[in-house]
Amino acid sequence: MGKASFVVRRTLQLLVTLWAVGTVLFGLFRLMPGDPTSYVISSQMTQEARQELIESYGLNDPLHVQYIRFLENLVQLNFGQSFHSNQPVTDIIATYMPNTLVLMLTAFIVAYALGITLGVLSGWYRGSRFERSTVITALTARSVPTFYVGLIVLWIFGAELGWIPMSGMTSLGTGGQYSGFLDMVFTVDFLRHLIAPAAVLGFYYMGYPLLIMRTSMLEVLSEDFIDVCRAKGLKERTIMFKHAARNALLPIITAAAIALGYAVGGSVLIETVFAWPGIGREMVRAVLRRDFPVAQGTFIVLASTIIFLNFIADLAYGYLDPRVTYD
Amino acid sequence: MAQEEQSSRSIYTDLDDGGSDEEIDKWQRTFRLWRETLKEHWGMLTDELSVKLSMLTVGGFVLIAIFAPFIATHQPLQRQYQGEAGIIIEDWVEPSLLGADTEYLLGTTAEGFDIFSQLIYGTRAALLVGLVAAFFTAGIGTLVGLVAGYYGGKIDDALMRIVDFLYGMPLLPTVIVLVAVLGPDLWNIILALIILQWRSTARVIRSQSLSLRERPFVKAAEVAGAGDWHIISRHLAPNVLPMTFLYGSFGIAWAILAEAGISFIGLGDPNTVSWGTMLQASRAYSALSFGAWWWFVPPGICIGLLVISGFLIGRGYEDITNPKLQ
Repeated sequence: MGKASFVVRRTLQLLVTLWAVGTVLFGLFRLMPGDPTSYVISSQMTQEARQELIESYGLNDPLHVQYIRFLENLVQLNFGQSFHSNQPVTDIIATYMPNTLVLMLTAFIVAYALGITLGVLSGWYRGSRFERSTVITALTARSVPTFYVGLIVLWIFGAELGWIPMSGMTSLGTGGQYSGFLDMVFTVDFLRHLIAPAAVLGFYYMGYPLLIMRTSMLEVLSEDFIDVCRAKGLKERTIMFKHAARNALLPIITAAAIALGYAVGGSVLIETVFAWPGIGREMVRAVLRRDFPVAQGTFIVLASTIIFLNFIADLAYGYLDPRVTYD
Repeated sequence: MAQEEQSSRSIYTDLDDGGSDEEIDKWQRTFRLWRETLKEHWGMLTDELSVKLSMLTVGGFVLIAIFAPFIATHQPLQRQYQGEAGIIIEDWVEPSLLGADTEYLLGTTAEGFDIFSQLIYGTRAALLVGLVAAFFTAGIGTLVGLVAGYYGGKIDDALMRIVDFLYGMPLLPTVIVLVAVLGPDLWNIILALIILQWRSTARVIRSQSLSLRERPFVKAAEVAGAGDWHIISRHLAPNVLPMTFLYGSFGIAWAILAEAGISFIGLGDPNTVSWGTMLQASRAYSALSFGAWWWFVPPGICIGLLVISGFLIGRGYEDITNPKLQ
């Protein structure tokens, strides 16, 4: 099968998956127990006002009308309005998504830079004490829940030592003084808030590239061209980084694209622990207060990030590795 | 030609679907086959010290879970004392382990619950979630993978599209939404985890059975007239078993982690004590800021120990399934 038709087929698949996610969501949120409007409607409200409100959310129409409207809105990226704050969900997502991305990308870049380097080294120095300790560290990092590491870090460095703030993204009372998102990001105060959650997440993410890189290095190192390099009298360092590591990098790239998607989806817990105003924490809060337009919108964003990055990883793999066949 | 068929039949007679009087024999044979495979794995697994230690840890937790009522000193959800103003209690009792003069080994929570007893009973929730979720995710995943890989074609296509769809769902957010819809109950958390987690087992088992299907012994069984189910259960399944166990033990670890996370967020079962709900309560009462570490450190250590054990046992299996790693 040719490259072009692969791209077309993969794109169609992407659309079908997105539609399926939307449909399942529509069904799920309508199964949710409890009257969602009870959270917005006060008891003093007259029957007419109540009716009007339900009407304005379109909750009275037959299910198929609601479904079609839901899909139409989805295509136009309109997720409705929050039951809780009456804000458009799109605005809420636009407020919280950048916060999540800053945290995730920082953690991710640190984790992959460190993880890949350590992976190369532990693959190279196979059987050494260094290798064993890095592998054990990576395993431990993936076994202890991130939110728990976060709790302990907060306790020791926040509550006991007072080095890091206990919650949030900026100090109290400074929220209004920034003119924009970027203005806030490049402040010392923001960095002080960022460092702990990013370090905890980075420690967790690091294990994955480390272990993949190690295995990949072991495979590359057994190939003939490494011996050729040695025979040519190249420096060990040159062989390790220029020849072996570069060839071992391929599985990492696609793994990274997929892992990034899951990282955004997995942001829920760490954002909750550090009270980081990100999209994952917002989703949890929306679910807890039965604010289903917000829960739905944030969930769709989290899911489609994964789906898109999977898609990109698929295409990238074919581009990077010419040996891949499309079938 | 007829002769040849006759002789090939005689070689594979034990693969034949016999009459009903042979039924007992057939089951015995299957049983023996499975037992031998498992015995072989057990031998390879217990070769490694880390795996042995992990199994001891899991075994220890299982014992604690079974004998929880005898080990725990108090009821996990029974208030031990009342505050001055009445039922609402704001302070905790320090652990006697640290020299405080109380009857509470690990102190109490701000709600007046005995932490040691909660920890002991929490073992039950963790193991229940871990073992049940892992059993079903590995089981369903293996069955789907075998069927998809063996039959191929449309069945394979349909099943794999479902798997693809599930791969598009972020684990924790999806479980949160499912639990919110189904209601905060331990069994609903388990159900939500099962719904999502069989995807990875299914994918791996499918690719394995795709290649197994082309092997001579499967072809031979086909020629000998063995039925589909016979081939799947007796020729494919024993060969993918190590993978099933690998994903099963990883599944225990993931399920325990996920349950702890869901409960920590506040969507846990309010009527069950789990390590996650303990952590959630400690956070709700700001045990962190007050430095009441005996409340939130022990449950985390238990989660970590159990999860690491699960991963290490899984890695032991990885060595069996992928000899290249050794």
